Amino acid sequence: MIRLQNIHKSYITGTNKLHVLKGIDLHIKEGELVSIMGSSGSGKSTLLNILGLLDNHDEGAYTLNQEEIKAMSETKAAKLRNNLLGFVFQSFNLISFKNAMENVALPLYYQKVARKKRNKTALEYLDKMGLKDWAEHMPNELSGGQKQRVAIARSIITQPKIILADEPTGALDSATSVEVMNLLKEINQSGITVIIVTHENDIAHMTDRIINLKDGRIESIIENNKINSKETIKIPQE
Amino acid sequence: MFDLDKWQEITAALKKNKLRTILTGLGVMFGILILVTLLGIGRGFQNNIQSSLGNFATNSTVFWVEKTTKAYKGLPRNRSYLFTNDDLEVLKRSIPELQDIAPDINGWSGNATNNTFREDKKGNFRIKGTSPEMNNVNPVEVTAGRFINQNDLKEFRKVITIGPRVQELMFEKDEDPIGQYLKVNGIYFRIIGTIKPLSRNMGMRDDVLQMPFTTLQQLYNQGDKFRVFLATAKVGESVADLEDKIFEILARRHSIHPDDRQAIGNFNIAKMFNKIFGLFNSIGFLFWVIGFGVLLTGIIGVSNIMHVVVKERTKELGIKRAIGARPREVVGQIINEAVFLTTFAGFWGLVLGVLIVEGIGKITEGDPNPQILNPYVDINVAFIALGVLVLFGVLAGLLPAQRAIRIKPVDALRYE
Repeated sequence: MIRLQNIHKSYITGTNKLHVLKGIDLHIKEGELVSIMGSSGSGKSTLLNILGLLDNHDEGAYTLNQEEIKAMSETKAAKLRNNLLGFVFQSFNLISFKNAMENVALPLYYQKVARKKRNKTALEYLDKMGLKDWAEHMPNELSGGQKQRVAIARSIITQPKIILADEPTGALDSATSVEVMNLLKEINQSGITVIIVTHENDIAHMTDRIINLKDGRIESIIENNKINSKETIKIPQE
Repeated sequence: MFDLDKWQEITAALKKNKLRTILTGLGVMFGILILVTLLGIGRGFQNNIQSSLGNFATNSTVFWVEKTTKAYKGLPRNRSYLFTNDDLEVLKRSIPELQDIAPDINGWSGNATNNTFREDKKGNFRIKGTSPEMNNVNPVEVTAGRFINQNDLKEFRKVITIGPRVQELMFEKDEDPIGQYLKVNGIYFRIIGTIKPLSRNMGMRDDVLQMPFTTLQQLYNQGDKFRVFLATAKVGESVADLEDKIFEILARRHSIHPDDRQAIGNFNIAKMFNKIFGLFNSIGFLFWVIGFGVLLTGIIGVSNIMHVVVKERTKELGIKRAIGARPREVVGQIINEAVFLTTFAGFWGLVLGVLIVEGIGKITEGDPNPQILNPYVDINVAFIALGVLVLFGVLAGLLPAQRAIRIKPVDALRYE
């Protein structure tokens, strides 16, 4: 589903050049539940942004769903994001002047789905999240956990192949975090690839595979079902 | 157009800061209001001038007697003379470019006392001696009966045509004045026609009484003399050349020095007309420039605000792009807002402007000597103004919209 080969990315701030990703090689298969871990500044968010076509890479090859991503027009990227990807953010990123249902329905708006039909679909998805009664509420009337569930509903309404979650539990208490993680797991079990960026160990350990980033390089990849045996830690070849 | 989401986006964005939206809208509103009002008033000025020039022949010239300034053929300078009816015949015969020539003679108006009587009615009216030729130069419209003809002139008939004001004062509403008699300066005249002046030049007003100029000369003991005449050139002929030829012949006939141009007063009306038309074109152009400038200021205000709006909503636009909004949709949304704001504000400016112009029209309607006559807003101008507004709305939105899609989605999402 996702194949990265020698991905480099640097930011230029004034006269300084910040080399954030220093050669990432990664293969994520369809239906995987993967977490990307690392301390702040390790490049994990940058990696996720590149995976999500929100940012472009400087060097290397990125293949998404058998398609080489390179110097893509913003229109094409928007279309791919809409059809293929779903985003879940730490700060939820709901549109403040739209109610829960309209927020969920928004991706379908960009697919030119008729208003009635997309609102109906949005209600179904809210129902799955246990939020049917909150459909008419504005984001500022919802709790953090509710907002994140609305955001998750929005991310899956287009039936994407990949969900990209950037610190999805970062703004939530531990009980709500577990709820959200269970939702993401359910989504994964329905066959959707889920990639979660986090800095919390217990969140990462709820995923199948942990990719540890450090200073822009993959430090280690841990297969979670064999977490207790040390030899399963794979060091990627230089 | 009636996409509910689109309207929700537009109103949500504009409602976010109501005062700012209203102030920006006011800028556009006043712009279009001033443009429309200026154009309406300009039209009123033009109507006023055109109605006073009326159907007056534009290729015309006027001559009048002055005193000689040069001694000539043993005659002293500072000598007076008068034109004669024979002059007319000679000029007509010897100048082929001459179209019409007509003496303009004013009768005694009675020094503001009543000069015209009928039964118990009386009034003070302008008396003018006229001819069929005069009606080609400074025309009137015959509303009933007939105009004065060559036989009236030849036979010194005591016949008159009367202006609308005369009819109003000297006759009841249901009375037919044709064939009736008016006593003017002690002499009875038969009314042969009612007329309406088509210009307000050379003393032509609604309170005019016209009689054959020969009758007027005889009754006032002026013999065959007169002081002023009008002449027109044939189509395509130069009025200035005609003036030279008329001067030459008149100078010879009245023993005026060939270089003494000041002895015969002369005014080229064609030149004046051109100047007036030029002036009005300039004023009209100036009004357009001013109105357009004010409008442009308003539009720039909109563009400015759209810049701020885009900046404020960077994050929201980033979210939308992350979930699949294409650049076209982002740009479209911003342009929609700008166009909506300019068109909405502009529409009310247009409505207010039209009301103001109509108000001015109502105020000046009863004025007998108005500076502004029938001001109105051309429907085409209104549509052009609205079209320009929509176009400018697009331009006002385009630059900020371009900025919104130039930044990467990731930067837009991070924006606080």
